[in-house]
Amino acid sequence: MSDINAMPSTAVANNQDVEFWMKEDHHPANGTLLGFWIYLMSDCLIFACLFATYGVLGRSYAGGPTGAELFDLSLVAVNTSLLLLSSITYGLAVLEMQKNRRGTMMAWLVVTGLFGLGFLGIEMYEFAELIHRGAGPQRSAFLSSFFTLVGTHGLHVTFGIVWLITLLFQVGRFGLTPANKRRILCLSMFWHFLDVVWVGVFTFVYLMGVLP
Amino acid sequence: MSTHTESHDHPDDGAPHSTLKGYMLGFFLAIFLTAVPFWLVMGKVIPNAQTLAVIVLVFAAVQIVVHMIYFLHMNAHSEGGWNMLALMFTAILVVITLSGSIWVMYHLNSNMMPGMSHDMTEQQAKSLP
Repeated sequence: MSDINAMPSTAVANNQDVEFWMKEDHHPANGTLLGFWIYLMSDCLIFACLFATYGVLGRSYAGGPTGAELFDLSLVAVNTSLLLLSSITYGLAVLEMQKNRRGTMMAWLVVTGLFGLGFLGIEMYEFAELIHRGAGPQRSAFLSSFFTLVGTHGLHVTFGIVWLITLLFQVGRFGLTPANKRRILCLSMFWHFLDVVWVGVFTFVYLMGVLP
Repeated sequence: MSTHTESHDHPDDGAPHSTLKGYMLGFFLAIFLTAVPFWLVMGKVIPNAQTLAVIVLVFAAVQIVVHMIYFLHMNAHSEGGWNMLALMFTAILVVITLSGSIWVMYHLNSNMMPGMSHDMTEQQAKSLP
C-alpha cells in the first residue's frame, strides 16, 4: 500500500518540472466554434434532403416548362461570382480582424454584405421573372422542388446578412472584443458554408438542369 | 500556475489561423473550378450530356473540397479532430440520403408506372400469381 502511495510523490519530488503531457490534440478553451460547426452539419442535412427531393422530382415537368427553357445561365454565372467574391471579402475581413484593425475589417464586412445583397437581388429578380412567366412553384413538381431548394438557400443568405448587419453594430459599439471576434468567426463559417451549398446548387440544379 | 504552454496574446478559442495566401489560393482555384463547368455547359463543348454531367459533378466535388480546406479551414486536427468527425458523419448521411432517394425513386418510376411493363411477355403475365 505504502509503495503505491509513495511512487507518485517521489516522482514529483525528484523532478519538479515534469510535464504531464497527454498525447492528444490541443483542446480549445471555448467550444462555441465546434458547436456552430455541428449546427452547420445539421443544416447540411436539411440541404441534403432538399437536394434529394430535387434529384427525384427535378425532371417531373408535368407538361410545363423545363429547366433548359427557364434557366438563364449567364444570370446564374453573375450570381455565382457575386457569392464567391463575397466569400473572399469575408476572408479579408477575418484577416483584418486577426490584425485588430477594426475600421478596415468593418469595411470588408460592408463589401461582403453588399455582394450578398446583390446576390439576393438577382435571385429575387429571377424568381419574380419565373413566376411572371407562369412558372411558379405550383406549376410542376420540378418547379416546387426548385423553389424550395433555391429559396431555402436564399433565406439562409438573408439571415446571414441580418446577422452581418447586427455584428457591424456590435463591433461599432463595443469594438473587437473576444466575444465579437468569436461571433465574426461563426458568421465566417456560416457564410463560407452557404457558398459550399451554392456550389451544389449551381451544379446540380442549373448546369445539370439545362442538359437534355 | 498554468500548464498551458501557449503564449499567444489572443484568447485561444480554437480559431484557425488564416493567411492571405491561403484565401487567395482558394479563391483562384474556386474561380477556375466554377468557370470551367459554366464554359463547358454554356459553350456546348461536350455533346454527350451524360459525360458532361459527370464532369460537371466532379468539378463541383473538387470545388467543395477546396472551399472546405481554404475557406472553412478544415483539417484533421481542428477542435481535436471533432470537426472532421462531424463532417465525415454528415458526409456519409448526405451520400446515403442522396443516392438512396434517387436510386429508390428511379426504380419506383420505372417499375410501378402502369402500362410500362414492355419487357413482360403475355406468357409471363399469365403465369403471374
